[in-house]
Amino acid sequence: MMRAAVVRFPGSNCDMDALRAAERAGCRAYFVWHRDDDLQQADVVLLPGGFSYGDYLRSGAIARFSPIMQAVRRHAADGGPVLGICNGFQILCEAGLLPGALLPNAGLTFVSRPVPVRVENVATPFTTAYRKNELVHFPVAHGEGRFVAAPDTIEELEASDRVVLRYADGGNPNGSSADIAGICSSDGNVVGIMPHPERVADPAIGDDPGHKFFSSLAAWRAAAPDEPITTPA
Amino acid sequence: MNFRAHIRVMPRDGLLDPQGQAVENALTELAFDGVSSVRVGRAIEVGVAADSLEDAEDATRRMCERLLANPVTEDFLIEVDPA
Repeated sequence: MMRAAVVRFPGSNCDMDALRAAERAGCRAYFVWHRDDDLQQADVVLLPGGFSYGDYLRSGAIARFSPIMQAVRRHAADGGPVLGICNGFQILCEAGLLPGALLPNAGLTFVSRPVPVRVENVATPFTTAYRKNELVHFPVAHGEGRFVAAPDTIEELEASDRVVLRYADGGNPNGSSADIAGICSSDGNVVGIMPHPERVADPAIGDDPGHKFFSSLAAWRAAAPDEPITTPA
Repeated sequence: MNFRAHIRVMPRDGLLDPQGQAVENALTELAFDGVSSVRVGRAIEVGVAADSLEDAEDATRRMCERLLANPVTEDFLIEVDPA
């Protein structure tokens, strides 16, 4: 069974949703505190949404210095899957694990609604269960979700197929460059997205198009048999 | 020696600054003629103990590079005075 660590920062508020979504996909999921420095043999790390450290200074700017982020950095460097959702995406950018930055929405208002997105990269550990360019509706809930990066960075992301999610059908809610809703690292193991698949991952609250973000992990693991599988503690 | 660092962090030129735009619209609606190019940034003050003004400036610059400004989207200006 895969072990999924959900990192809790002061101000995280999607941590329980992320934990439940991982559990429903068959993971042994557990919380780790931001002051911890040990991921407890995690196979996958989830950085949930919320307002870590009150979003002081800039979203994610302070969280990246948490002791646990050193462990997350090592996990990512070893090729371990990391998914940052919303505030988690902001933290990954501030930490330099993903390029670019997330700025206040172009319309200046907090946007909370389902938006259409396309899953463009289906090779990451979190997206193998989707069809390429599959259209799904995920909720967004953010005030600072406008993805920006230097033009050559955007070009490189596009050329190397590192745009994982893209707002579709004119549904860009925040003015993101190139309608980008989520990207991955050059190795594909670190993924950051603004929309919230974990909020639509259980049929009890309607449809569950986000479930595959978590169930993909099993297929990804099966396709990489040479990776050491952690024995549950 | 004690110094006071005055730091101004501004959105990089060319990046959309929706706050600046909103403020500009409001100023125009208040009939302030000739208002243009409004940008909204952030001012930070830091007390710094250092051996010299140069050391205090250098420390402040490193604070900006590591934390106070985002190198992807923001530029910063530093002014350090004796406290």
